[in-house]
Amino acid sequence: MDITAKLAILADAAKYDASCASSGTDKRTSAGSKGGPARGLGSTEGAGICHSYAPDGRCISLLKILLTNACAFDCLYCVNRATSNTPRARFTVEEAVTLTLDFYRRNYIEGLFLSSGVIRNADYTMEQVMRVAKSLRLDHGFKGYIHLKTIPDAAPELIAEAGLYADRLSINVELPNETSLKRLAPEKDLRAVRRTMADLRGRIEEAKEPTAAGRARPPRFAPAGQSTQMIVGADASDDRAILTTSANLYGSYRLKRVYFSAFSPIPDASAALPLAAPPLVREHRLYQADWLMRFYGFNVAEITEGGGMLDLSIDPKLAWALRHREQFPLDVARASREQLLRTPGLGKTVVDRILSARRFRMLRVEDLRRMRAPLAKALPFLKLADHTPSITTLESERLIERFVPQPRQMALAL
Amino acid sequence: MSPRRIALAGPSDVAGWRAAARALASEGVHPHDVVWTVNGDGGDLFAAPVATEAPPLAPSALSVPRAFLDLAEVALLHSDPGRFDLCYRLLLRLAADRTLLGDAADPDVVRAHGLAKAVRRDKHKMTAFVRFREVARDDGAWFVAWFEPEHHIVEATAPFFMRRFAAMRWSILTPERSAHWDGATLAFGEGGRRADAPDSDVLEDAWRTYYASIFNPTRLKVHAMRAEMPRKYWRNLPEASLIRPLIASAAKATADMVAAPAPEPKKGQRMTPIEASPDRGEPSSLQALHDEVDACRACPLWEPATQAVFGEGPPTATVVVVGEQPGDKEDIAGRPFVGPAGALFDKAAREAGLERDKVYVTNAVKHFKFEPRGKFRLHKTPGPTEINACRPWLERELTLLKPQLVVAMGATAARAAFGKPVKVGEHRGRIARRDGAPDVLVTVHPSYLLRLPDEARREEEYRRFVDDLALAANYLAEAA
Repeated sequence: MDITAKLAILADAAKYDASCASSGTDKRTSAGSKGGPARGLGSTEGAGICHSYAPDGRCISLLKILLTNACAFDCLYCVNRATSNTPRARFTVEEAVTLTLDFYRRNYIEGLFLSSGVIRNADYTMEQVMRVAKSLRLDHGFKGYIHLKTIPDAAPELIAEAGLYADRLSINVELPNETSLKRLAPEKDLRAVRRTMADLRGRIEEAKEPTAAGRARPPRFAPAGQSTQMIVGADASDDRAILTTSANLYGSYRLKRVYFSAFSPIPDASAALPLAAPPLVREHRLYQADWLMRFYGFNVAEITEGGGMLDLSIDPKLAWALRHREQFPLDVARASREQLLRTPGLGKTVVDRILSARRFRMLRVEDLRRMRAPLAKALPFLKLADHTPSITTLESERLIERFVPQPRQMALAL
Repeated sequence: MSPRRIALAGPSDVAGWRAAARALASEGVHPHDVVWTVNGDGGDLFAAPVATEAPPLAPSALSVPRAFLDLAEVALLHSDPGRFDLCYRLLLRLAADRTLLGDAADPDVVRAHGLAKAVRRDKHKMTAFVRFREVARDDGAWFVAWFEPEHHIVEATAPFFMRRFAAMRWSILTPERSAHWDGATLAFGEGGRRADAPDSDVLEDAWRTYYASIFNPTRLKVHAMRAEMPRKYWRNLPEASLIRPLIASAAKATADMVAAPAPEPKKGQRMTPIEASPDRGEPSSLQALHDEVDACRACPLWEPATQAVFGEGPPTATVVVVGEQPGDKEDIAGRPFVGPAGALFDKAAREAGLERDKVYVTNAVKHFKFEPRGKFRLHKTPGPTEINACRPWLERELTLLKPQLVVAMGATAARAAFGKPVKVGEHRGRIARRDGAPDVLVTVHPSYLLRLPDEARREEEYRRFVDDLALAANYLAEAA
């Protein structure tokens, strides 16, 4: 099988992993210091770069592939499960390394996201994955971004070595609770997954601790942290269960991200799964809720007080505001940052602009428009120098109708 | 007064603008009286270019915030012909009011930020969408790209490619400027033509294969793609030729997957079964108990926790110290007494003469009870139900260890030791002797000491804690 044929199989097998981040690692360059000779290939400068976008709207930042899609596990939701008839392939370590370098030199990618089916055992699989990163770093001086999937219960020395070369490590919890995991992924051990996450957190924090005088610097370990992914819609878990688990994972293991992946039909699927269009809107609402929890001061209870499932027709912040109309309208001239952040439509950037600009003037509707605030959404909740929302509107049962998008014929884009 | 004509050396001549703007400002020239032109634009054929050299300005005469210079440096690279005028106007306004940039609603400030944002986006898209094609030359490989930026960003963005591809030799050609790196020097030249760059690369088929394979046809979101990768970039992206066919076939590909009958599971093809990972510890009855605890589901605390945290220490210990429950650090490490309270205990034990390595330490409750709060976990005190659910584990641990003394630190441990609520304040520092069971010494939990706000009080309580532990040290001495 030639490389391109393998690539078709092993990229197809990797596409259900939503993560594509290439940001937040330490800064590296291949430019020699003070005009000296170049060292290796590549750079990282803090911000990630999305080098392309597929028509599914997802960014293509990293070469996202499996080392092999052969797998001993039989997870029902996975296209690569042991009992699937999908064609199998395997890259050698050298093939994966060469492909990464060739793509990188042409500026197609920021680096590599390498995962693998579990073959033989955890240690063997982890070692193969780790060797690709090791070769890129040591044999080729590769300075680009590397994200490795961690195999649960792999030997600590392999994990330590993986963290030495990788920018990010991740391990997927896949499902929000043990019952679902037992049913859909009988060989996966949620406890082992969590122990591995705990181990990663311990190592990441140790590597970041300031070195005491006279003591050896701890070895580098995954400076871009760890992340995980949960599949949405393959089991019966509601949004509250998903958000509770993700809040737990952020708090327990200091994850950089919990990715949600709407379960989508796969070729050669098991009959035990819902083969319907992926719940993309639900996935989107979960991401919005995740954002509210991480950056806007909301907690799971506030977001899900309206029920276990988020409203699909409006975003969770608007839903919260409609449940708490007694807290509005806010006087833009006086409201606190925390209050403004809870106003529908106002994001962090706009709130910062408001806080800065209101020291100079009494803000009017036109000012908010100029600062790019989404007026239709925010104005019913805000009081400005030239605008006072009608209390009747704010209390009206029909207020929500303003925000729910009108049904329209699906337009074929392009 | 006739307008002053300022001719800049090129569309990205930020230094020229800065020199001219300083000179004009020092003369107090009003923005309306300045016409900005760019040499080579042919914009104003009738105006004789005026030298931009101006009398040097005393540094104190014109002082504007650093943030403005950073903003102008970016905004001036925009293709908007009004950018020089806007930045000069802002400069004058800032000279009068240094706080102006904070007024996020001011139209000039908004516009300057808008220009800068567009430039930054264009630069970012250049770092993303440049596609190199390899050219074989007699002296080795050269990588060449053709790119069409919207703003005047080639000089500003080229250093990124130098830092990234320092060991390669490359050229980026654009209609206005070109950048060249020969491995040692970054040089800029005239613009080029698309035909100057190669029209394909040997890796592009593989790249298109990757693009097609990583696409998930069941989640078509064309709008999201176009928001981040506008069509103007498509003509220079080798993968873009696939976009239309992929979209066109997506619906059918999805329908086929959904409609396909569930296949027969592949038989006899299971891979080699998972080999059990080698046991990394010596089995003992304590070890067996440890494994059992980890599978405990007697109360709901197991689910949000990482793992049960079992006791640790010599199996022959005559003194067993019982804490409340594992904390954040213990839950992560899977070992007791490794967090801040554990460290304080170690310190106090040392001072009390209680040899730490001869003591067995464990907790009344084996799973961490907490509430997630952002990136942290707030400790929550275990309730009677949880203490009782966990009590059999402590009892079995003590049965195996057969210590002479149990040191119960805090109310939770005391409750677990006696099987009923016990007031720590009333019992602390006294040895309770029991028939057929180890003695019990009640004291405070070290985390209580950590929480005391008053320093004098904390010191006093700490001394009492050390005194309590000294009582336990006697048991070690007797055993020896």
